[in-house]
Amino acid sequence: MFYREAGQFKTSYQADQAIFPIRQDLYAYIAFLAVAFIGVPLLASDYFLSTLMLPFLVLALAAIGLNILTGYAGQLSLGTGGFMATGAFAAYKLSTAFPDMHLIIVFLLSGLITAGVGIFFGIPSLRIKGFYLAVATLASQFFLIWMFNKFGWFTNYSASGVISAPPRTVFGDFYITGPQAAPVTKYLFCLSFVVLLALLAKNLTRSNIGRKWMAIRDMDIAAEIIGIPMLKTKLIAFAVSSFYCGIAGAFWAFLYTGSVEPLAFDVNRSFQVLFMIIIGGLGSIMGSFLGAAFMVLLPIFLTNAPHMVGVEISVSTLSHLEAMVFGVLIIFFLIVEPHGLARLWQIFKEKMRLWPFPH
Amino acid sequence: MHVERSVLTTIGAMLVLMTALPWFVGQVSEDVFFEWPFFLEVAIGGLLSGVMYSLVALGFVLIFKASGVFNFAQGAMVLFAALSFVGLKDLGVPLWLCFILTAGIMTLVAMTIERLVLRPLVNQEPIILFMVTIGIAYVLDGLGQMIWGSEVRMLDIGLPQDPSFFFDGKILINQFDMFAALIAGALVAALVIFFQYTKTGRALRAVADDHQAAMSVGIPLQHIWVVVWTVAGLVALVAGIMWGGKLGVQFSLALIALKALPVLILGGFTSIPGAIIGGLIVGAGEKVSEVFLGPLVGGGIEDWFAYMLALVFLVFRPQGLFGEKIIERV
Repeated sequence: MFYREAGQFKTSYQADQAIFPIRQDLYAYIAFLAVAFIGVPLLASDYFLSTLMLPFLVLALAAIGLNILTGYAGQLSLGTGGFMATGAFAAYKLSTAFPDMHLIIVFLLSGLITAGVGIFFGIPSLRIKGFYLAVATLASQFFLIWMFNKFGWFTNYSASGVISAPPRTVFGDFYITGPQAAPVTKYLFCLSFVVLLALLAKNLTRSNIGRKWMAIRDMDIAAEIIGIPMLKTKLIAFAVSSFYCGIAGAFWAFLYTGSVEPLAFDVNRSFQVLFMIIIGGLGSIMGSFLGAAFMVLLPIFLTNAPHMVGVEISVSTLSHLEAMVFGVLIIFFLIVEPHGLARLWQIFKEKMRLWPFPH
Repeated sequence: MHVERSVLTTIGAMLVLMTALPWFVGQVSEDVFFEWPFFLEVAIGGLLSGVMYSLVALGFVLIFKASGVFNFAQGAMVLFAALSFVGLKDLGVPLWLCFILTAGIMTLVAMTIERLVLRPLVNQEPIILFMVTIGIAYVLDGLGQMIWGSEVRMLDIGLPQDPSFFFDGKILINQFDMFAALIAGALVAALVIFFQYTKTGRALRAVADDHQAAMSVGIPLQHIWVVVWTVAGLVALVAGIMWGGKLGVQFSLALIALKALPVLILGGFTSIPGAIIGGLIVGAGEKVSEVFLGPLVGGGIEDWFAYMLALVFLVFRPQGLFGEKIIERV
């Protein structure tokens, strides 16, 4: 009844190609942003912001990165953790080597450095694909983590191998990183970055390069025959994807945890992000957010659920039970909707257009 | 079996490289101690532990060939089988009965997976099936450790653990590894007999060759899937007992599945001999490079050597050693 585009006439190609072709979608989006930027900081507690919203935003960013590579360009990658670690350590080295460098520039540069690393590890994708490529990207995962563990230069020779984000401000006295930083400022900083980058990603995937990625994903030989340069397009996908993952890693270290060791980005992190995009929806920016929300909320829910219903279970049993429920839910989701939460959302919108008169 | 000449050349080149590089490094660098008996000892130890990788990779290949599913849960199956085995044994059940009971459990697991997971997901894309096996891995990990506990358990199956010496005491080889290799060899022989000379084995090969053709001559696909997952479960059981006897039964067993991945792509996803030779190459290469090349960069390269080897190898031979040549058409 409310969600209907009757009477909205498009009079230009521009209007036809807008991200939100239906006006209600645009309003909903703006309202959602308003809640995220104004409502959440006003209402949410510090605990909520720093344990839920920050990991959600950071992981959503990493999921967008992987979704560009796997969902849009069709290159299955298990190296996300390694690229996130690269971003984190690049940001650390940059901000300690150049204390005067502005934090935003640090983050952008660490993204660019990760993009370079990503291009390097993307070279094999020109010859191999599918699961072979996934295993090959595992090489980058294990090699990068080993490298950050092994060479003290990356951690400024800290004995424990842990890096801590140095305190930095963005403008005025608002600390973004370090112990003085308030969760609210961290959250707002992170949110604005993520919103901008997500918008950029959405537009990239709608552009010339995005269509090339999708052509390669759907059939690479056919894409090559119609004149899409394989080398350039695949490497751009790796570069853009690693750029996002690198910034996500830097955020993880600087904004979310504050201090981090290479093991935080081990192969389980890669799998976690991969789960996000599969459950959220391959080839969907919206799906990256939905998947990240699901994967952040689910463990918290599973840990707290037994308390809510008043059952006391020992900690080790609980953790095994959690793993099981997690596995079962993943299987269940894949059986019910293999195309992810984003598809469910689309189906819901289609239904809403006709509701309450479906005939 | 017909083997392409290029495959033999590639294997030969790798062997030469694997020998020449440590020797060269030994001559050049002060940090590296190189002597032929020592090198042989390291290489043989590596080959024997490579056999263990092959065992895990074998389970992958079986399932991939028959159902096109990239089964990430193979490592979890190894852990689950080993946990059940050692759990039953600690209850006082005799060894042979343990083996039979655990084999029964693995059959049950295979049937459950086929009925509840694979059947609803027929005809889905490979990546979805891959993700679902990760889900299965979580369930098996959680279930196994919930039932049997998560502490490290020692598993003594009566194999000798002492090292034995060869060539006037110059080369030291662990007897357990040798027995493990023998058992693995026997398992592979049994599998070959099963695949070549039984009716079910023939049906399995038919399915592996061409799903549709197999179905059209009346081979029930779902039945075959149960069989192949069961066989993979049994292979996992043997691998679990072997690894468990070596390292103790613990969660890290599930992680050797990750080590089996480079073995797979070296050998080719669809080839049983490939899994074995890939395992041997990775095992030996890993140990040799750790001992002789590791000191140059500070050690620990065992963690990623296999993956890097696989990566570099794939760039030159994308289908692996014995994989089917990838032919693509638009």
